[in-house]
Amino acid sequence: MQSFTYERAASAEQAAAAVAARPDAKFISGGTNLLDLMKLEIERPAHLVDISRLPLDRIEETAAGGLRVGAQVRNSDLAADPRVRSRYPMLTQALLAGASAQIRNKASTSGNLLQRTRCPYFYDRNMPCNKREQGSGCAALQGFNRMHAILGASEACIAVHPSDMAVAMSGLDARIETISPGGETRAIPIGDFHRLPEATPHVETVLGHGEMIAAVTLPPPPPGRQVYRKVRDRASYAFALVSVAAIVEKSGDRIRSARIAMGGVAAKPWRATEAERMLAGAAASDGAFTDAAEAALAGAIGHGGNDFKIPLAKRTMRHTLAAAVESA
Amino acid sequence: MTETKTSENRPSETRNGIIGRPIDRIDGPLKVTGGATYAYENALEGTAFGYILGAAVAKGRIAEIDTAEAERAPAVLLVMTHRNAPAQPDFGPAVTPTVPEVFTRARPALNSERVRYYDEPVALVVAETFEAARAAAGLIRVRYDEEPGVYDLSGHMADAYAPKRTNAGFETDSVIGDFESAFAAAPVKIDATYRTPFEHHNPMEPHATLAAWSGNELTIHTSAQTLANFRAGVASTLRIPPERVRIVSPFIGGGFGSKLIAHADTILAALAAQVLQRPVKIALTRQQMFANAGHRAEMIQQVRLGAATDGRLTGIAHDVWAATSSFEEYCEQTAVFARSLYAAPNHATRHRLVPLDINRGEWMRSPGEAPGMLAFECAMDELAERLGLDPIELRIRNEPAQDPERGVPFSTRNLVTCMEEGARRFGWQRRNPTPGSTREGRKLIGYGMAAAIRPNYIGAATARVAIDRDGRVTARLDMTDIGTGSYTILTQIAAESLGLPISSVKVELGDSRFPRTAGSGGSWGAASAGSALHNACNALKERILEAAQSSEASPLRGANATEASFADSEVRIGQRSASLADLIRRIAPDGFEAEGSVAAGAVTQSYKAYSQHSYGAHFAEIAVDCDTGEIRMRRMLAVMGAGRILNAKTARSQIIGGMTWGIGAALMEQTVLDPRYGHFVNHDLAEYHVPINGDVPEMEVVFLEEHDDKANPLGAKGLGELGVCGAGAAVANAIYNATGVRVREFPITLDKVLPALPVIAI
Repeated sequence: MQSFTYERAASAEQAAAAVAARPDAKFISGGTNLLDLMKLEIERPAHLVDISRLPLDRIEETAAGGLRVGAQVRNSDLAADPRVRSRYPMLTQALLAGASAQIRNKASTSGNLLQRTRCPYFYDRNMPCNKREQGSGCAALQGFNRMHAILGASEACIAVHPSDMAVAMSGLDARIETISPGGETRAIPIGDFHRLPEATPHVETVLGHGEMIAAVTLPPPPPGRQVYRKVRDRASYAFALVSVAAIVEKSGDRIRSARIAMGGVAAKPWRATEAERMLAGAAASDGAFTDAAEAALAGAIGHGGNDFKIPLAKRTMRHTLAAAVESA
Repeated sequence: MTETKTSENRPSETRNGIIGRPIDRIDGPLKVTGGATYAYENALEGTAFGYILGAAVAKGRIAEIDTAEAERAPAVLLVMTHRNAPAQPDFGPAVTPTVPEVFTRARPALNSERVRYYDEPVALVVAETFEAARAAAGLIRVRYDEEPGVYDLSGHMADAYAPKRTNAGFETDSVIGDFESAFAAAPVKIDATYRTPFEHHNPMEPHATLAAWSGNELTIHTSAQTLANFRAGVASTLRIPPERVRIVSPFIGGGFGSKLIAHADTILAALAAQVLQRPVKIALTRQQMFANAGHRAEMIQQVRLGAATDGRLTGIAHDVWAATSSFEEYCEQTAVFARSLYAAPNHATRHRLVPLDINRGEWMRSPGEAPGMLAFECAMDELAERLGLDPIELRIRNEPAQDPERGVPFSTRNLVTCMEEGARRFGWQRRNPTPGSTREGRKLIGYGMAAAIRPNYIGAATARVAIDRDGRVTARLDMTDIGTGSYTILTQIAAESLGLPISSVKVELGDSRFPRTAGSGGSWGAASAGSALHNACNALKERILEAAQSSEASPLRGANATEASFADSEVRIGQRSASLADLIRRIAPDGFEAEGSVAAGAVTQSYKAYSQHSYGAHFAEIAVDCDTGEIRMRRMLAVMGAGRILNAKTARSQIIGGMTWGIGAALMEQTVLDPRYGHFVNHDLAEYHVPINGDVPEMEVVFLEEHDDKANPLGAKGLGELGVCGAGAAVANAIYNATGVRVREFPITLDKVLPALPVIAI
């Protein structure tokens, strides 16, 4: 870990300005990911702006009937909020499926969205990694890639985004509110927030330098039953091999609408829009779920070690859709 | 519990009922309140902090190392590389002339420009703070002349060679009868090849050392399982007499075999403290532990079983190919247990090694049995199915009357009782013998079992025990407590022997100034150190009785000593008795002291005349999600025959810990060696999975009542590692029973069962 300077931000605007003023500055909140990366010198910020104490730690009702989640709401608090539990149960399930209780107590909402991949080659400075060191190559492509992406990857990078929370938020059509150094704000649909690697895997979101997440807005809960299903190598404290967030609204024996997001498969939460389109109006049947899962994974590409994720994702999606319908 | 040894051979002095009781750990309150000081927590005036920089390549030489920037960095005191490190002996040959020298040989660090394995130390930075040392280490620039290395076991099987011996000095190969002919003629055969991966110990406490010199005396506070090994290894490396090295290790946050010898933290702390003339503290990082603190090697194991149609084995062969280090050999004794587990007229076992450019493998919990039984006990399950026999019945039909390898009787062997008692308690009769046919909702349910065997070792040990004028007893020995409960059982042994309450006994461990023991390793700690202390207490009692009868100040003067007993804090001779404290005060105002010892097991007559092992049976029930293939434990049971149990609580904890290792080995533990770069890819605890609480089901442990009077004066046998042996195979066999999928490549992760799982209608 390299030495750095530290300041505690007094306001959101000041925090954004403080980071914007220095190219080598970064925000820090819970530090559950950034500090690990700094110890390994994968991240080497010279200046940290602590935003954890900013008054962005409330969960408020929106006029539209949704919730506005402050960027500094801790993962554990968000999961436990009675409004989240009753109206967005999928989000609570996803949060509680992630990390450990200790980490959730520290980790912030915005930090969760911005956590970096756990690709082991990214984590080892002696290994080639385009995300860590542009142009050095991707060691995972021909290497140990059991955990890696099957959708939206590139020759430059096959890393996945590790968040569970973000997958549920993707299914809920969350919008990410930011504040820029100049004080201007914008709301970014979560689907546009993370970028796929293409040739620039080190650029992971659409945020500008110094642009800070202020809140995540959840629209009113969509009709239908919400289920988050995470498949992993052990019962807890493991990243998703694949996960599926599904919201299915039924009308009689037919599906009125469905929303599906997948985790553990790409550099961002992956919305299965084609599968959603197929399910809308279809009979709530095994065949429809199977077809939807096939469609969702139609473009999937394995890299050897992660080939199994393709059938696993299909099977998981099929059953998760069925589970959402069953209890709808 | 029912069964087994009668009690008539029990030593008459052990009637106080303290041994065996499930008392809480003596050191528990210290540990949970932070009062137990671990190696890195020791603070000495003027301590400097070291940080190790590891090699970025796995094989080659350091062409250039630029330390200038690091040396200029704030608070840096020393940057040590091969260019300026104090002279040390060369590493020497890959195989030591004798087995014990493995533990005592010099293990130089930073003494060559050669890089032998990935993350081998290439520099040490010492600074006023840990943070300054680590930051400066990041400023060192190293250029390597990289050389092609070999990092792939299966790709280099042609390089396999036969070592001279296995770990612990066993024969590399064994042959009884003619296996090949018997196998060829066998009407029922199994020929199955299993793969077991690299694994890492990962104790919670990392390898850490605080070294301090006082004149030419070196004191090392570290985390060591066996103090004598550390002392000898440090002395050899620094070329100083062992008497000038003191090792202090009172509390150890787990070792699992990875702390039997000194590693780079210890050697480098000692060297840097010498150079700087101030105390130096170094810990390996979690990532560094993967390359620098040993591992269990990857193996390919072929098991061949030939049987008659009634299930009697006609031939057993277990062939093992394991990865080893190109510069220091380590051959795990993986097939050795198979020489004495089941009866068969024809036996053959072989160990072969394939050298890779990696660090040396080390003793990892249940070396030999852990990977070996994972394969072998699955093969037995495969054979049972082929024969249409219940797996327990198959094993019963092959129960030997005497040790199949050595032809000597067993001291105690209650494997069949373990299996039968386990079957009764577990509800084994509910197991559906047709695999893949038991479903609960969308879960496939399976039952599995496996046998457990583990040799009983005893190592040379001495203990010193003293009693003061207030009747307080202090026992001292250089034994260690690696979380197993040594403090507690030794306290019980002394209290039992002397007829005193637990509170009157203080046991002091983990200091090389105390009498030498065999330390903690090979499950021999309790038997070795416990027997030595038992004998020391006997010697102390003899001194007390002698003085009690002869001293003019004694209230028991002239009493008949053949009927003496120590109980309830009193000494009784015939009809006369006296308070022990009062007696000592009168006859020995300065107290008494005595020593006791045991010899290494291999040199005792009893060890030669009897086959000594602990046995057990493991049972597991698992559920497999038919949609995702996720495998989750439902419950486990172990029934163990391991001699006399010294503390029912710590013994149980040992076994459930071992069973948890079995879960890990069966389901998740694996370190991936990248064949392109020679590094362990998943070198942290996020990516190297061990079972967490949610993976560990309800566990039941039952100990048969046993007393092995051939093993040692206590009647106890090695227990710590027995819980691992076979536990993973029981899980793997349950997976087969649940799914009908026989996975022979461990760990059994969901991707390996998923393709064969049926798609069940929704």
